[in-house]
Amino acid sequence: MPVYFPREIIHAANGLAVGILGGGDKKLILKGDAYYQSYICHMPRSIMELVLDNHFEGFDGFIFPSICDVIRNLSGMFQLLERGSFVKYLDLPQNFKSHIGGEFYIHELQTVLKSVFDINGVSVTPERLNHSISLFNRNRELIHRIYAIRQDFPWRMTAADVYNIVRAGYVIPVEDHNAILEKVIALVIEENGEPLDKIRVLVMGAFCEQPPLGLIRTIEMAGCYIIEDDFLLGSRWIMGNIDTYTADPIKALTDAYLEKSTFSSSVYDVGNPKEVRLLELIKSRNVDGVIFAAPSFCDPALLDHPILQKMCNDRNIRFISFLYSENTGQFKVIKEQVGTFSDSIKLWEEPLQLKK
Amino acid sequence: MSKDVAKERSMIIQKEMIANHFMELSTAKETGKKVVYTFVPGNISELILSFGMLPVYPEINALQSGMRKKSGDYIRDAEQHGHSEDVCTYVKCDVGMMINGNIGPTGEKIPNPDLLLLSYTGCFTFLKWFETLERLYPGVPVALLHTPYQEAHKITPEMTAYMVKQLKEEVIPKMEQVSGNKYDEEKLKAALRNSSKVEQHIINIFDTTKHRPSPIDAYFAGVYYIGPINSGFRGTPQAVDYYAELYKEIRERIENKLGPITPEGVMEEERFRLVVEGPPNWTHFREFWKLFYDMGAVIVASSYTKVGGVYDMGFRVNPDKPLESLAEYCMNCYTNLNLQQRVDLLSKCITDYHADGFLVNSIKSCNSFSAGQLMIMQQLEKKLEIPIGFIESDLVDPRYFSYSNIKNRLESFFQMLEQRKMIIKTA
Repeated sequence: MPVYFPREIIHAANGLAVGILGGGDKKLILKGDAYYQSYICHMPRSIMELVLDNHFEGFDGFIFPSICDVIRNLSGMFQLLERGSFVKYLDLPQNFKSHIGGEFYIHELQTVLKSVFDINGVSVTPERLNHSISLFNRNRELIHRIYAIRQDFPWRMTAADVYNIVRAGYVIPVEDHNAILEKVIALVIEENGEPLDKIRVLVMGAFCEQPPLGLIRTIEMAGCYIIEDDFLLGSRWIMGNIDTYTADPIKALTDAYLEKSTFSSSVYDVGNPKEVRLLELIKSRNVDGVIFAAPSFCDPALLDHPILQKMCNDRNIRFISFLYSENTGQFKVIKEQVGTFSDSIKLWEEPLQLKK
Repeated sequence: MSKDVAKERSMIIQKEMIANHFMELSTAKETGKKVVYTFVPGNISELILSFGMLPVYPEINALQSGMRKKSGDYIRDAEQHGHSEDVCTYVKCDVGMMINGNIGPTGEKIPNPDLLLLSYTGCFTFLKWFETLERLYPGVPVALLHTPYQEAHKITPEMTAYMVKQLKEEVIPKMEQVSGNKYDEEKLKAALRNSSKVEQHIINIFDTTKHRPSPIDAYFAGVYYIGPINSGFRGTPQAVDYYAELYKEIRERIENKLGPITPEGVMEEERFRLVVEGPPNWTHFREFWKLFYDMGAVIVASSYTKVGGVYDMGFRVNPDKPLESLAEYCMNCYTNLNLQQRVDLLSKCITDYHADGFLVNSIKSCNSFSAGQLMIMQQLEKKLEIPIGFIESDLVDPRYFSYSNIKNRLESFFQMLEQRKMIIKTA
């Protein structure tokens, strides 16, 4: 389940962590709506549809990392449905001190490992976990490399293609995903295609419920290159590598969560203001504007927007915002809005000059 | 309906307590008392008061704004400042109130905070709310107390240890810094002794709905009963006196076989006994309540009155373990219970208080309550074969209170209860 889960521990326990990101725009919702009121976001109802249609029959357990009240209560619904051998709500600490939040997090991870051990009897040794961490380090490096190439040459690969390639990593073993990413890099490192007269944008707000592919395509077709985003944030959550030469890799994973997490609407940002982090990203990615695209009824993302948009206003950074849901099927209005945004920047704006 | 609506002594005491609290707040800057903003669920007021500071609860301000018909304008103002229509209206009401001068329910300005105590229990939006407040009051220190969720249907020693460490190393040092006073464990223990007595009184009070007729309404009047313990009086001798007096009055009502007091007097005929899940609507509170008492429906238990603490399952604060006790209190609040625990608790209420039906008031703003409510309904229907009703409204956004819609649904629900009674009677 999104947003962030340290998949390394499941890999080390000889398991496969599968990211459940909702039913998207492919799954017709019939039963899921009977479990959620109209004013609750779309993703949990499509997940209910999937589970009630037995799409998760082969799954051994379900882990719900803390994101918001809806996902927290969804964990309780899975418990009531009695699916899998275990259902765990992973309470990611909001205290970022090693001996306080860190110790609690270690216990949370050990609880998950115990549940997995009860299923397959695999003990996670430091060697196994160090190995798994190194594979996921490599995975993040490769994804970052693709984003870096796209920063300089966004015409070489569409944002929708990047999205699909990164999302594949949520359902296949990391070894296979790394091999795919390496092949992709070998392809996009060579020049191909022609640069078009598009603005460079950062898309923000899609950290949990994912936008439909059609929406990502629409933004790019309407005159933008998506240079940075918070889609599939979990795959890039840890900023940098995690130590792989340690006798206590659980602690290494914990330290990484405490010290190297990216910013997100699901993490309290005291002492680490999200508008400052966003500004750094805008500068480092050298974008022309920000598109705030959040799922309808998403309290965490939508409550961030006034804070982030104030920073944009104060810095004269252009932005637009709109809502979507994972099954949005009509993009005409969004295309017009994004197209106007793009045109207004291309035709009337001086390039954004922010001090690095 | 009897038209005797003379105020009882407990009502007068409560009114004075609340008025004095707001008076004290309004003069805090002159008296030098420090002000702490915090939340009702998991409100560790005993600790705040032990440092000589005054608590302010933004969601209480929001609900008061709702009852005073001011929330609609506040929400619109917050939306004009960029807040989405989709998000929690308590947050928007609070932001709007601040934009408009932060005038409290008594008409006096609520002082700015000296400390933002983010004790977030069972509601993720609290976290986002305080991120907003932190920017509205720049430079004010924030103390965060993360309350782990009871995901495994229990409180583990690790969860308690995590919270106690946060109290010792994050919360208490910041309180010392802001108040200028040292942590005094004896003061805290004394306050907890009062809380323990109050918790027992509260259980006794809400347990009186076992009687027929029920002497109280545990939802509409219940929200007044939980007022003092949820608005700054946890751990105070005034709270002990208030709840002792309230319990005494309710016992007198039982002796006299009196039904609950409503705004239009004593309810004379108890026709339906209900358990209600979810917070009430505040913008049309009286009209909402009237829909029930006009039909002779009394609420014998409600989950909302447990939002600031659940004592039904035996939990009481233990003054001998003050910090552990505060931690466990926070973890025991209703919205920090997982869905199975909520089903069990509601089931117990329905059975113990002989309810005829179960009603959900689903609140648009409150995912903490609302997400999962439909499954709770299914579980209770299956387990207890009890009639279930469902209505929708909002906390403080008047745009989401549809009187006719709610009335229609309630009338259908009451008809269903009536027919079921007839069937049971003839069976």
